[in-house]
Amino acid sequence: MSAQQVLFDAPGPKARRIILISNIVGVLIVLAILAWIISALAGKGQLAASMWTPFLESRTWQFFILPGLLNTLKAAGISIVTAVVFGLIFGVGRLSHSAPIRYVSGLVVEVLRAVPVLLMMIFFWLALGSSGAVQPQNAPLIAVVIALTLYNGSVIAELVRSGVHGLPKGQREAGMAIGLTRNQSLRNIEVPQALIAMLPALISQFVVILKDSALGFIITYPELLQFTRRLGVGEGNVIPSLFVAAAIFIVINFALSTLATRLSVLLSFRTKGRRPSPKDPIVLTPAAT
Amino acid sequence: MENYLSLFQTYDVPAAFWVNIQLSFWAAIFALVIGTVLALFRISPIPSLQLFGAAYVNIFRNTPLTIILAFGFLGLFSVMQISLASDLTVSLFRIAIVGLALYHAAFVCEAIRSGVNTVPLGQAEAARAIGLSFLPAARLIILPQAFRGAIAPLGNVLIALIKNSTVAAAGSVATESSGLMKTMIEFRSDLVVPIFLTFALGFVILVIPIGLLTTWASRRLAVAR
Repeated sequence: MSAQQVLFDAPGPKARRIILISNIVGVLIVLAILAWIISALAGKGQLAASMWTPFLESRTWQFFILPGLLNTLKAAGISIVTAVVFGLIFGVGRLSHSAPIRYVSGLVVEVLRAVPVLLMMIFFWLALGSSGAVQPQNAPLIAVVIALTLYNGSVIAELVRSGVHGLPKGQREAGMAIGLTRNQSLRNIEVPQALIAMLPALISQFVVILKDSALGFIITYPELLQFTRRLGVGEGNVIPSLFVAAAIFIVINFALSTLATRLSVLLSFRTKGRRPSPKDPIVLTPAAT
Repeated sequence: MENYLSLFQTYDVPAAFWVNIQLSFWAAIFALVIGTVLALFRISPIPSLQLFGAAYVNIFRNTPLTIILAFGFLGLFSVMQISLASDLTVSLFRIAIVGLALYHAAFVCEAIRSGVNTVPLGQAEAARAIGLSFLPAARLIILPQAFRGAIAPLGNVLIALIKNSTVAAAGSVATESSGLMKTMIEFRSDLVVPIFLTFALGFVILVIPIGLLTTWASRRLAVAR
């Protein structure tokens, strides 16, 4: 960001004119692209009022969008909890002082991060479905949750590890000095601090979980995309339906991403080891905790 | 074991992986070009282009890839009847490449921007001091250093792209590996675990060398400061 202000000089009269002209050209190009998309959509009748009026009816929301959104949030919510648990266990496992635990955790995390989530989802869906271990109608949800947990849990395990490595060495030494064992110091002193430092990255990972829950569409899990496709096929307005589904995802994810950015600014006071000076506004510290 | 080996005679597993590699290759090239242009927009002094870059990144980064690729098939192909080739399979394949490229361009843009942040202020100031305006300064001074600082995040985007190429199944690209794995498991559900492990191993073999290579390259090419 810092390079942004310095990349170009404070503009003089000539540069201001160039910027103004380029700005107008830029606006025109963007408008031209938008106009082209709109005219293409209108040419196929996609902007007709009848395409969009279903979204003003309560039954569309009651029977399609809200149940779909609920299922998406259910899958994502369960996966977030299980992925954090998985990530904490394997993240601490990778930091363990017992070499076998460290290697096994490392292998599991590295391999799971390299396998596409969709492959895991399809595997668990078909394996659970044919084994009869779960009710057939529950197999898609369970497959979505397991696959999201294994992949995102591994990413979170890496976050935990890098978070603990980023802590000042003195934290662990202080833990040892007051008589804690290596594991106690990890559990009670290092990981809690690492969790605070990694909170923004963790929330970004929640965005990934929410987005990837849409993969459930491919294995017939009735999430938001599945419901909006059904709605689109039923009402003959597939494109408007997909736009609405995308808009819902964008709003939720944008809110989460903004929260993550805000938190990282707020928490940088806590995690950079900076000594607060008396001039600092006092409100910042309580707000961060 | 014989059952397992006979699967490879019935189904062409390497061909399915080859489809994923092709999808990733073309999407990576297009995403790199679009992402670089977007990054230039975002660091340019022109407000309308900055706004466009930011809006593009926020929209595509926050939309599930599944929706984008499903839109390619359900929206662009079926409703809008856009075809990018006379052959149906090739057309769907190309639409999937476009979807993958548009989605990952947003991440490429952010990776390059993070690379721009590794370039010290003095470099931009020196570029101004010798009289370079925005585009020459970006092309000769900022971007070459930014790319070298962005190799690790760009490598992560490439790895994500290779794994995400399986999602092309949502865009009805039936020949790629996740589709073939589904077909194989449905026909031989007694071999579900070996089949899954085969495909998983294929991706591990594809992805882990790229991770090691980009880590090595990012250390080797990092600008010594």
